Amino acid sequence: MSGKPKLHYFNGRGRMEPIRWLLAAAGVEFDECFIEKKEDLTKLQNDGSLLFQQVPMVEIDGMKLVQTRAIMNYIAAKYNLCGKDLKERALIDMYVEGLFDLNELLMTYEILPADKKVQHFANMMDKAENRYFPVFEKVLKDHAKDFLVGNQLSRADVQLLEVILMADEYKPDMFSKFPFLQSFKARISAMPNIKKFLQPGSQRKPPSDDEVVDKVMKIFY
Amino acid sequence: DGSLLFQQVPMVEIDGMKLVQTRAIMNYIAAKYNLCGKDLKERALIDMYVEGLFDLNELLLKYEFLPADQKVPHFANMMDKAENRYFPVFEKVLKDHGKDFLVGNQLSRADVQLLEVILMAEEYKPDILAKFPLLQSFKARISAIPNIKKFLQPGSQRKPRTTEEDIAKALKIFR
Repeated sequence: MSGKPKLHYFNGRGRMEPIRWLLAAAGVEFDECFIEKKEDLTKLQNDGSLLFQQVPMVEIDGMKLVQTRAIMNYIAAKYNLCGKDLKERALIDMYVEGLFDLNELLMTYEILPADKKVQHFANMMDKAENRYFPVFEKVLKDHAKDFLVGNQLSRADVQLLEVILMADEYKPDMFSKFPFLQSFKARISAMPNIKKFLQPGSQRKPPSDDEVVDKVMKIFY
Repeated sequence: DGSLLFQQVPMVEIDGMKLVQTRAIMNYIAAKYNLCGKDLKERALIDMYVEGLFDLNELLLKYEFLPADQKVPHFANMMDKAENRYFPVFEKVLKDHGKDFLVGNQLSRADVQLLEVILMAEEYKPDILAKFPLLQSFKARISAIPNIKKFLQPGSQRKPRTTEEDIAKALKIFR
């Protein structure tokens, strides 16, 4: 076997963070190779490591996987985090795709120019509070089980926790309306692999500050 | 009436479920009908190809809805991506293994989606495959598969390119 998976990305959340979460939840140790400047990206492009010239890229099991969803599908399937049958997987996929959409809003906020930020913030908070979180609150309320699907941990639970914590960073009081999400958050955070990932010193990345955004703009734009 | 989990379409009623989210719907159909390869590694390859094709598809889809002043630069970008980022990848895949299908020597969702995108790109630039001989033969070969051939015939449920009228209607519904 080829050892630990190796993640290629910049030292920040971006599109790699859900992948880090999934690996951590599965209890899989991984290495990271950070892109610090444009030349680092160019080098990867030139040596044919990036199928579509883009990162994230994860070296795993002898493959150089690109495309966030392809990477996450592989990890989730390998570590049994996609439910027990096709129908459970369909539910999980729906939830995960909704969460990707919300994550996209949260992620793009950081790199927007100042004059676009206010409007985007209002829209993303509105979507979080009125389109996405009510769905998951209802799912948990309706079946009253600990996990979103099939009474066992799946990638949907991991991604929901990730997004809850990100939204929390922007508007902590949002969850006063969502008691089931509050207990979900506490419960999933307490699971050993997740708890470890939430501790200081883990490979979880903090929100991007101006310095990181600046670096990202130089590398990718 | 609660039919749309996130208040959005597409929505497909299938096997007692109301599925939303394009990828969730397609993952279900592909898995049910054995179009995702024979094992996890084949599936990973297929998923990478499909995701790249989704990205290109997004560019093609978006073009129709842009206001006139944004259309020209977007067109240049999408044609550039098609010809220099995406199609070369698939040309190389076919060249390297010399087989009929992209992955595992059998039809997968990646082949279907590649054909779809090739045909869409050709609507914008008919000679776009000029530099890609293997994609040309791929196109002919996959188009000849009975189910696909049927879908490509007039009267099928395949939709034509979006017209101005469709766009106006869509904007009224969704905005």
